[in-house]
Amino acid sequence: MSDLTAASFAPLSDQQLSQSIARPSLSYWQDAWSRLRANKRALVSLYIVIVLLLFTVFGPVVWPVDPAMQDIDQISQPPGTDRTATLVAEYEPWFGTSGLPGAGLRLAEKATSQAVRLQWDALDDASGHRVYRNLFPVGPELSYGIPMAEFLNNDTLYFEDRLDLQPGRFYYVVVALDERGLITDRYQSISVDVERVTTLAEALERGLITESEAVQIGDKIALAWHPFGTDYLGRDLLARLMAGARVSLFIGIGAPFLFVLFGVVYGSAAGFMGGRVDQLMMRFADFVVALPFLLFMILFKIAFGIGPGESGVFPMLVALVVLLWPATARLVRGQILQIREQGYISASQLLGASTPYLIMRHMIPNTLGVVLVTVTFAIPSAIFTEAFLSFIGMGVAPPTPSWGSMSNEGIKTMLTTPHELFFPALFISFTVLAFNLLGDGLRDALDARMRNVE
Amino acid sequence: MWLYILKRVLQGLLTVWFIATATFFAMHNVPGDPLTNDRAMTETTRANLEAKYGLDQPITIQYLIFLRNLARGDFGISFVQENREVNDIIREHFPVSAILGVLAVVFAATGGVLFGALTALYRNRLPDYLIMFLVILGISVPSFVVAALSQLSLVSLNSLVGFTVLPVAGWGTVMHMLVPALVLGLSTMAYLTRLMRSSMLEVTSSDYVRTAKSKGVPPTRIFTRHQLRNAILPVVTVLGPAIAAITTGGFVVELVFAIPGLGRYFVEAVQQLDYTVIMGTTVFYGAFLVFMVILVDVVYGFIDPRVRLDS
Repeated sequence: MSDLTAASFAPLSDQQLSQSIARPSLSYWQDAWSRLRANKRALVSLYIVIVLLLFTVFGPVVWPVDPAMQDIDQISQPPGTDRTATLVAEYEPWFGTSGLPGAGLRLAEKATSQAVRLQWDALDDASGHRVYRNLFPVGPELSYGIPMAEFLNNDTLYFEDRLDLQPGRFYYVVVALDERGLITDRYQSISVDVERVTTLAEALERGLITESEAVQIGDKIALAWHPFGTDYLGRDLLARLMAGARVSLFIGIGAPFLFVLFGVVYGSAAGFMGGRVDQLMMRFADFVVALPFLLFMILFKIAFGIGPGESGVFPMLVALVVLLWPATARLVRGQILQIREQGYISASQLLGASTPYLIMRHMIPNTLGVVLVTVTFAIPSAIFTEAFLSFIGMGVAPPTPSWGSMSNEGIKTMLTTPHELFFPALFISFTVLAFNLLGDGLRDALDARMRNVE
Repeated sequence: MWLYILKRVLQGLLTVWFIATATFFAMHNVPGDPLTNDRAMTETTRANLEAKYGLDQPITIQYLIFLRNLARGDFGISFVQENREVNDIIREHFPVSAILGVLAVVFAATGGVLFGALTALYRNRLPDYLIMFLVILGISVPSFVVAALSQLSLVSLNSLVGFTVLPVAGWGTVMHMLVPALVLGLSTMAYLTRLMRSSMLEVTSSDYVRTAKSKGVPPTRIFTRHQLRNAILPVVTVLGPAIAAITTGGFVVELVFAIPGLGRYFVEAVQQLDYTVIMGTTVFYGAFLVFMVILVDVVYGFIDPRVRLDS
């Protein structure tokens, strides 16, 4: 008690500020940005989106492979396949090798992707032979595979296979035929490891080696590199993913941008005018909302028509804009109606603000947050729509790649070469996920109620 | 109440008229026509066929005929499958889509409410993280990939067990319906789960829940009577659009699982430019959706006494 002196009761001087703004004043956008930065998920999504855009725009510069070019040496190859090939001489016809050592079904020469040359001794009591090729060994159910050739006498005891040979293991079977040419259950089989080869002329033609390179027969050269593998036509998957990203992101970002723009104009016009015009405009928007979306997407797309050589990206964009603007229009109209009644608008009017000033300074900045969130959420659904339509064959026309049409092609070979489905599906999922999480983060960050909540 | 329903139905009829008009004019803008195909046709045959289908009339007359037939519930005859009425096609294939759609909606709604409530109850604990992870997957993986993957896992499941537990594709029994309906409802389920979670969290921090707690109401009763009943309302609101999305979004699932539904038929009709089938299916679907939304709104009025439908 004795501590209290008269000095303790002296009033605070003017220098000691009784009221001060402790924190720097932040604008709406600075505040939103700081909150978005604090949201780790949204930030990572933002980075993913930026990387995707870079991938789309600069990808083709870094990886300038033509997405339509076919590499017929490597069809449906998953990433990381061995891509060495041995140089061999030009193909020459072959009619069996006399005096080939060994007995039974055997290889006359080393098996290569150029030709597999088989020779055998006549089976017991055979009046002819049939040759089969298979990817699996003959099981107890005696499945031989695909018949390759049939010889109805024992004069020809050799066979040369040149049909679509890929590096890997094949099983050849020679089955004895009876005198009527029917198969018996006597057979011989052999497993053959086919080695990838190429001739000098082929290698030159496909640009694997240059004229000046000193290469000899027997040398190993490398085939073209496909980091993500190739599709069922031997096209480079990475190049196609980049080209597809252009289509998917063009529609995914372009369409929402356009229909939100239209929706903002329409909605704010309706909100401003009010009265009967507003009623009419909104009734029309209700009609458009009622159209069954996917059915009309397809209808409009075919109504716009795709000429020969066109990709069909533009009709899809137009159809999306035509069908999806009302949601934004409604939202913006509601916002405008709400803002019109706000005290700060009246205050501003009282201070003599003109209508354009009110619109530019108050109305638009205050709806911008909601609109931005709408755009962000509209992007994944537009990407989905594009993928969905391309998947059922109503989207972009081949050969233009899009992630949806690539998935459609990949799903057919899902069991044998899953990478053809995996990569486009992964890209779609990642993009949609990133935009969704970014949208969540933006919504939270731009929500004025969250302001200054720490 | 009845006045409100009458008003909504009249509005709905007007909307159906708009849908029909939009379909008609979009269809007549399509390049080519259904009579152009690989079969050779003489001028006379063509003229006769055009007369049969009324294609020789001016477009306004065609439109009026179309509207008159529509009012009678007559969608005309298919161009491609001669002498088959569009009504027959709808009657035969729509039930398949409808059963699939209803099952998917049931899956989505029950799953969404259940999982959403669970995540809110176990907020920031393991079940919450687990379910929300699955929800994010459900939202971001396209339905055709989910469909393909589920087929793949069905194949391996069946071969593992040694007999067909669940068929991989086709239609006919309840077993055929389960997996496609689940795949179809998955994204909606994910969406509803998120909605339910946030609405549940909002309700949990509301005054009346706190009051109930302080009164000493048992937690299970608070959960069922106060939280669940109030939190479910926003889910019911979006159920109308959700039904719309599910029934028209069935194309892919019908395609992948080889289900003879109307969606698949529509895609085929579009590829063959079968005018009448396309128009009939679109108008039918549109009308179905419009009245579905009205139905949900009316039901909402019964569930939530705060909503005064008359005003």
